[in-house]
Amino acid sequence: MSIFRQSFYCLMACLLTLSACAGDTTKVATNSPVPDPDNGGIKLPAGFGGQIVADKVGRVRHIFVNSNGDLYAKLEKLKDGKGIMRLRDKNGDGKFDETVGFGNFIGTGMAIKNGYLYASSNTEVFRYKLNEKNEVADGAQPEKIITGLWDHHQHEAKPFTLDNDGNIYVTIGAPSNCCQVQDRVKGSPGQSPCPILDSAGGVWQFKVDKPNQSYAEGVRYATGLRNVMGLDWNTAVNSLYVTQHGRDQLFQFYPEMYSQKEGAENPSEEMFKVKLGSDCGWPYCYYDYTKKQKVLNPEYGGDRTKAGDCGSKEQSIVQFPGHLAPNDLLFYTGDMFPEKYKNGAFIAFHGSWNRAPEPQAGYFVVFVPFGKDGMPSGNWEVFADGFAGADINRATYRPCGLAQGPDGSLYISDDNQGRIWRITYKK
Amino acid sequence: MRFAPTGVNMKTISAIIFPVLVLFICAFTLPQQSGLKASKDRGKVVYDTYCLACHMQDGGGAPRMNPPLIKTKFVLGDKKKLIGIVMNGLSGVEVEGEDYSNVMAPHNFLTDQQIADVLTYVRNNFGNKASAVTVAEVKAARPKK
Ligand code: HEC
Repeated sequence: MSIFRQSFYCLMACLLTLSACAGDTTKVATNSPVPDPDNGGIKLPAGFGGQIVADKVGRVRHIFVNSNGDLYAKLEKLKDGKGIMRLRDKNGDGKFDETVGFGNFIGTGMAIKNGYLYASSNTEVFRYKLNEKNEVADGAQPEKIITGLWDHHQHEAKPFTLDNDGNIYVTIGAPSNCCQVQDRVKGSPGQSPCPILDSAGGVWQFKVDKPNQSYAEGVRYATGLRNVMGLDWNTAVNSLYVTQHGRDQLFQFYPEMYSQKEGAENPSEEMFKVKLGSDCGWPYCYYDYTKKQKVLNPEYGGDRTKAGDCGSKEQSIVQFPGHLAPNDLLFYTGDMFPEKYKNGAFIAFHGSWNRAPEPQAGYFVVFVPFGKDGMPSGNWEVFADGFAGADINRATYRPCGLAQGPDGSLYISDDNQGRIWRITYKK
Repeated sequence: MRFAPTGVNMKTISAIIFPVLVLFICAFTLPQQSGLKASKDRGKVVYDTYCLACHMQDGGGAPRMNPPLIKTKFVLGDKKKLIGIVMNGLSGVEVEGEDYSNVMAPHNFLTDQQIADVLTYVRNNFGNKASAVTVAEVKAARPKK
């Protein structure tokens, strides 16, 4: 018996040593993460724990965690003159205890790929080379790879994602609600064709390593997307997935067609799987959450039944209630969470502003299970909730960014107070 | 109401003065107040239909999307400018040091009366206290055809 036990211990020790050595040689927090007793004030499914790992970082939009555990946060407003914050956990308790700022521009997009950190302003994308220590080599001298994208003070953020073949996919949001002749003016007709679509209202593809690319060098990869805030390259099926913010003001402009409640729930916020050339329908079509169908927008002659050629547009693969504002999308590839989460999608909902006088909604992180075919395999469910606090109409925290840690934990950022949570699962 | 009857003179005087006072108050304050109230009531209907979706029931707006209408320099300030915002819309302008990324469309389809009413309502609601906006003021601000 004891010789069995001895060899068992020996084997375990060998395995532990092996796995410790096989990982990234750069620093990874060695202590197992300890969730806060109240899970950082948010509600999570059983078995998951939440920990507030940073607070008051600034208006944190998208985030990315490097292979060594450093978290990079892109800020929408400069803090102490800096637009990017690097957070580091020096003592391995999970909480970040060192903050270093660099980059003098505001923006949303943030990612690391193949030795470079990428960050976007509202008109440009920059990249910073990482050095042999896995750190940004020179925070003052990024390469400008993309420039001159539209910023017309509406849907101006430029979130992005990267594939494995040297391409970067950048959102250029439409500075418009529904491409009316006069934006957001009741009764103003929709323009057809919509001239905005030449320069915005879609996702553009650029090369990661060419300086100063603009419209002439880019490819309009997918169009008919009003404003995409969440986009992720799903490596399981090598495809781009996006989440769109749908149009506003259906009830305010067409009270004869929509009740107040229908206006609050329409149109659906949609998730698309897109390929080169996809046309997702904006501004001509929208997905009617009540009728469960893609139909013509009333600005284009729609009456909630007429579908025009909306049937020939790219159809969304998941639909959510209106105005919840899906601000980030992340396909989970980690091993920490249970099997059902593998290759499924997390979506951070920023929460609504345009459901009044109905109560506002959103302010949560949702999970959508995915099958091996890269299509949803079940209904979406709320994963993390309670960010808004006591008054849903005056949300305290607003989920905006998602990132996966090297150990498979999930990070959630808030751009209202600058709080960051880390979600872990205890096997 | 109690008057100490100290003498006939006092009684007579108050008998004359009091009705005059009441008349005076009625002639000026009440109609003005009810005029303001009527305008505010009509203004609330306009607000709920055309402004609430963005500026919210309590005038608090939506963080970083739509500004509040509570004691801002636009709401309490120059009426001509304020009328202009409703008529012509606004975008890319800081409000009390904050950027707002939504766009306020021109509301020039509203009648002079509706604009006067809604601004009178806004200027006397949500904790604001400022003079009413009149139809004449709106008319004067409207571009001549
Ligand atoms: C589509 C959303 C929307 C609607 C509807 C709307 N506004 Fe606005 N409003 C805005 C935005 C956004 C701004 C700020 C624009 C900027 O900062 O450049 C604004 C600014 C203002 C301002 C000046 C800034 C301040 O907060 O004091 C006033 C006053 C105002 N709106 C009043 C109204 C009134 C009255 C109505 C209804 C007749 C109305 N708005 C309808 C979005 C809207």
